[in-house]
Amino acid sequence: MTQADLYTLLPIIVLTVWALLLLVVDLFIPNDRKGWTALLAAAGLALTAGFTISLAGTDTYIGFGGMVLLDGFATFVNLLLLFSGLLGISVAYNYLKRMDIERGEYYSLMLFSVVGMMLMAQASDLIVVFIALELLSIPLYILAAIAQPKGNSGEAGIKYFLLGAFSGGFVVYGIALVFGATQATALLDIAAAAASGAANVPLMLTGSALILVGFAFKVAAVPFHMWTPDVYEGAPTSVTAFMAAGAKIAGFSALMRVFVIAFPSLAGDLAPVLAVLAALTMIVGNVTAVAQTNIKRMLAYSSIAHAGYILMAFVAFGRGGEIAASAVAAGIIYLAVYALTNFGSWGIVIALENAEGKGLNLEDYAGLGKKNPLMAASMTIFMLSLTGLPPTFGLVGKLYLFQSVIAIDMYWLAIIGVLTSLISAFYYLRVVVIMYMREGEPTTDNEGWLQFTWVLMAAATVILSLVPASIFNWAYEAARQLVNL
Amino acid sequence: MDGISVNYYVGLSTILFVIGATGVLIRRNALIIFMSVELMLNAGNLAFVAFASAHDLLNGQVFVFFIMTVAAAEVAVGLALIVAIFRSKKSINVDEINVLKG
Repeated sequence: MTQADLYTLLPIIVLTVWALLLLVVDLFIPNDRKGWTALLAAAGLALTAGFTISLAGTDTYIGFGGMVLLDGFATFVNLLLLFSGLLGISVAYNYLKRMDIERGEYYSLMLFSVVGMMLMAQASDLIVVFIALELLSIPLYILAAIAQPKGNSGEAGIKYFLLGAFSGGFVVYGIALVFGATQATALLDIAAAAASGAANVPLMLTGSALILVGFAFKVAAVPFHMWTPDVYEGAPTSVTAFMAAGAKIAGFSALMRVFVIAFPSLAGDLAPVLAVLAALTMIVGNVTAVAQTNIKRMLAYSSIAHAGYILMAFVAFGRGGEIAASAVAAGIIYLAVYALTNFGSWGIVIALENAEGKGLNLEDYAGLGKKNPLMAASMTIFMLSLTGLPPTFGLVGKLYLFQSVIAIDMYWLAIIGVLTSLISAFYYLRVVVIMYMREGEPTTDNEGWLQFTWVLMAAATVILSLVPASIFNWAYEAARQLVNL
Repeated sequence: MDGISVNYYVGLSTILFVIGATGVLIRRNALIIFMSVELMLNAGNLAFVAFASAHDLLNGQVFVFFIMTVAAAEVAVGLALIVAIFRSKKSINVDEINVLKG
């Protein structure tokens, strides 16, 4: 192992070792003091973030013969993931206690999952992509089922597991076909083989399509989204919040790297498929969300719809240069938007949820405007951000995404994006109307960390919308390193 | 693989993959669905070894070990989940695990 190898994987190594130690240390923490485990897990994530920031710079570290690398893009995504991990812990801590499902392993499993997600962002070989995919998924299967036999957690776990393993099968077979077509699994070698004409193009196209199907399952794109509402509803809400943000960020960032680096030669065939996938996902996600009365299911369909918006950033992946870089930048900005708004809105759902699935209907939000004005105001900000209305970060994110498809003259896709946003305004703003216009007596949990999370997210959603240019520059810098401009 | 073209191996792996995928979609027993998933993974493994051997590349053979290891980890979690579900529901038929409606 050379020094470059070490630097490339240093954040991941630190977090892995920390998670393993935490598993042991947790044994010595008494059951009524599991807050310490949460605190230690958060410290591990913060430490890893420290290492990630200290390694950030203009250098790209390439390790282990080109299997993994650490560039600006990976750093951006890693920080986003570590941040999501911290938020995941702060929304989980009191919720687990309240629901009586507090177990120390919860936090170790979360750390393992973050390790997998970070490896996914750093992978530059299809095999590492697959290993990272499983490394992030397997802890999530357990987390989804962690409340078993309470509620429907076990059912959510098994559904997530079967569909996740199914999608893993597609990814493996896709990688095998790409390997057969190009005799390589390293992303750069695949691109080189395709460029030199040595690749078997039909085989490579089939392989890349299978990989796309596998990832479409993971990020919940239509028509591979059927599991999402069930799993998001059945899993403990704190797990749902973490899974919705983390798995999406990791899945999309790996998909971006794989498509932009390895498959630009297939853009002619794949870009239209991606455009249709994006359009379908936006339409089905938003239209189905309108009919939901359970807030967890509504947010699950909203999560599907947002996968569609992020997919818009992929349509330009084969254009290379500035166009691809701007599109990738728009994609990762929207991932950041989604992470912020996601943790905020799920945090409030957690605050209103009572034991055994009570407090999850839209009607249960009636009267929140009077009972807890700050919470209602924050929820309003999140709903506005999910719709893409000012004064929120959501608007900024959507504008960049629309710009990325307009830049390649795909006006119809941008129009579908705008129209589906209009549809989504109906069900997001319905929550706001119920909070302020209806009478009710909601019970809320005002525990410190939980409240801190959604207040911070609400503030960030508004404040970040005021500095769109500097966010875009940072994301563009990261994207530029990805496309090697 | 003297004499036998790589196409036959890849053809067989495609057949295995399709059988696996069909099994996941039409079978209702969680264990059999899971077996079908394993079949899909092994179809990938077979394709990997066949291509590696045809092109004289060692890395394809090594990757199969990675995939087998990951599949084993998945089995551990999957079987545990199936057992846990069986204990509370007394069934592993996915049509009966349907409190949540998709």
